[in-house]
Amino acid sequence: MTEPSWRELPEAGLITEKGNARKYETGDWRNKRPVHDPEKCINCLFCWIYCPDSAIIVKDGKVQGIDYAHCKGCGICARECPDKVKAIKMVDESEQED
Amino acid sequence: MPTKDIVARTGNEAMAEAMRQINPDVVAAYPITPATEIVQMFSNFVADGLVDTEFVTVESEHSAMSACVGASAAGARVMTGTSSQGLSLMAEILYIAAGLRCPIILAEVNRALSSPINIHCDHSDTMSVRDTGWIQIFSENSQEAYDNMIQAVRIGEHMDVRLPVMVTTDGFIISHGMEAVQLLPDQTIREFIGPYKAAYSLLDLDKPLTVGALDFTDYFFEHRRQTAEAVMNSRKVILDVGREFGEKFGRSYGYFEGYKLEDAEIALVALGSTAGTIKVVVDDLRNKGLKCGLLKLRVFRPFPARELADALGNLKAVAVLDRSDSLSTAGGQVFTELRSALFDLPARPAMVNYIYGLGGRDITPQQLAGVYQELQRISEGGQIQNLVQYLGVRE
Amino acid sequence: MASLKKLAAKEDLLTGGHRACAGCAAPIIVRQILLAAENPVVVGCATGCLEVTTTLFPYTAWKVPFIHNAFENSAATISGVEAAYTSLKKQGKYDKDVRFIAFGGDGGTYDIGLQSLSGAMERGHRMLYVCYDNNAYMNTGIQRSSATPMGAHTSTSPAGKKIPGKKQYRKDLTAIMVAHNIPYAAQTSVSHWNDLSTKVQKALAVDGPSFINVISPCRLGWGFNPEDTIQIARDAVDSCFWPLYEVENGVYKLTYKPKEKKPIIDWLKKQARFRHLFKPGNEELLAGIQENIDAEWEKLMKKCG
Repeated sequence: MTEPSWRELPEAGLITEKGNARKYETGDWRNKRPVHDPEKCINCLFCWIYCPDSAIIVKDGKVQGIDYAHCKGCGICARECPDKVKAIKMVDESEQED
Repeated sequence: MPTKDIVARTGNEAMAEAMRQINPDVVAAYPITPATEIVQMFSNFVADGLVDTEFVTVESEHSAMSACVGASAAGARVMTGTSSQGLSLMAEILYIAAGLRCPIILAEVNRALSSPINIHCDHSDTMSVRDTGWIQIFSENSQEAYDNMIQAVRIGEHMDVRLPVMVTTDGFIISHGMEAVQLLPDQTIREFIGPYKAAYSLLDLDKPLTVGALDFTDYFFEHRRQTAEAVMNSRKVILDVGREFGEKFGRSYGYFEGYKLEDAEIALVALGSTAGTIKVVVDDLRNKGLKCGLLKLRVFRPFPARELADALGNLKAVAVLDRSDSLSTAGGQVFTELRSALFDLPARPAMVNYIYGLGGRDITPQQLAGVYQELQRISEGGQIQNLVQYLGVRE
Repeated sequence: MASLKKLAAKEDLLTGGHRACAGCAAPIIVRQILLAAENPVVVGCATGCLEVTTTLFPYTAWKVPFIHNAFENSAATISGVEAAYTSLKKQGKYDKDVRFIAFGGDGGTYDIGLQSLSGAMERGHRMLYVCYDNNAYMNTGIQRSSATPMGAHTSTSPAGKKIPGKKQYRKDLTAIMVAHNIPYAAQTSVSHWNDLSTKVQKALAVDGPSFINVISPCRLGWGFNPEDTIQIARDAVDSCFWPLYEVENGVYKLTYKPKEKKPIIDWLKKQARFRHLFKPGNEELLAGIQENIDAEWEKLMKKCG
């Protein structure tokens, strides 16, 4: 991919497309990935509020899953899931099939 | 020129008056001698409800320029003023203002940089920030100070430019010196500068922008190249605005003013108020038969190299007066840049440098006449003993 | 009062794809703040971890207008943005209702940014300044700041043979902000999202300057596993290292009282930056740290009445 010439870039160093960091996939930073069990989940949403990477997908107040394109595998979600629930487990990335 | 509009104004008063008429959206400023009065006079305008300006009484010059950048990025027309140490303190942010393409107007009153601490005129402060990407305009007198502030708005805000502009006057000599100035009516100024159209704004909620992102090695160079292009674009805009100002108000401006230069064999190059003194010396020496002239450089950034080469190429000897010492041991800033501009000419004048007037040290007509005599000697084949000399220091 | 379900129905204004370390508290704090805000916001940020990781050209994780100027001037910059907004609104050139939030790490706030912050707060701009306090200049490689705790190992206050880490107790920046007599100042934690959200809403409702100091544990600089970020913050609060309180128009109020005040040693033990303190010979230092926590806590309790 050739990067743009100085004539093609927006001026003043501006980034004009809001939130385009989405296009940068940090998922490959992981060596462990969270696996969410919707059966156990009580939708307390702690995992969602404590995720640094906005990678817990919530719709209509329910956890739908993980955005693996951006999840860095920090494990906060699994850790913060209430002890009596533990609906998220951290699993080795090498055990996953992509 | 009609005399009824002429009033007595110091350089600071003229600049403050221009600011009132420009009526910027935001002024963020901090006091420093000898620019303080500009800020004070402007505060009075604010307190009397004569301007719409939101006046931010910041706690330092660094914060002044920081707030100016924030306000400009939010789509406001922004102005400020400072000198010397204040300009140095904001130096970090000056580069950022240019890089973020904020057309901030700064009234810069030339004052020596410490140490020693000195409140009087020299050009070390303005020269120290010549690489920031700001447009730098030197005023000879209060009239020019006023005219330059007005033109600066059109120059900086032009869509092909969008760069900050500093309009300078000589500290105390012009800033506090009372002169005859023709002021223009408020409505005339408003029409000349027009409303401000920002190229971008942080307040545009429909198009949220990120301003001031981090560049790695893959983008920095391209962004800097864009700023360089903007400075190059300003060359034409400066001339266009100066011409339009002349057509409308009877006083035209360009990159420099040649005084009795067309048929001159020897000339001085100077910036700011000293040019006024030199004009008197030139008249006197012309009467005595010397074919001498003056080139008063008005625009230092961008540096009009080609045009200067055209104007000076045919002379026999030129002396460049630098009112600051870059301590390079090889000459002052104006000297070295001008010499470089003339380097490629097949025939070029002998060029010498005088560093003078540091810390407000007065320069006399006698001293200037002495420089012309020296140039005359050189033009007649005399050897140059010292390329760079100090004029007016006690040896 | 916020509820997670209500907040989750809002749009997340900080996206994934930023380059913050796995488990970094700073983006968690930002997400919580942006979700709590009820008006559109314009954000300013000092040079530091948050800024470089979220705005690396050509990518930005921000879905709100954002400006980075330099390291020490986040407050001054946002004060300029706010001045422009005020001016344009007064002149009828702008009609939206916007709030202004300036972010800075402890580096850009306690130290190099203190003057700019003080000036902005003193002038009374309607803006919120949020300090994400990770206790050191983390972005440049963990150098000490005046927010670094006593005894902590940093790269410029290393635990060496003669000197056991940082020699000074932390500067109390929140107290300095309270002394500016601003309408609202508070301390909160990334672990207490409800406390944080409530405080952000209170701060943004103030017609004047406000300041919030948020503890932002750094797994790299403090030395713990990334999944423990929230727990470490919780423990800091429960050991009274980082009390949660607010000061509204000069009146102090504790917003969280630990059921059981935990010994500071338990918190220190969990972080590699304090490991050296547990070597023999440092008992007095450890005792001093506990005494300092206790004394500061007592002082705060008196103020909270």
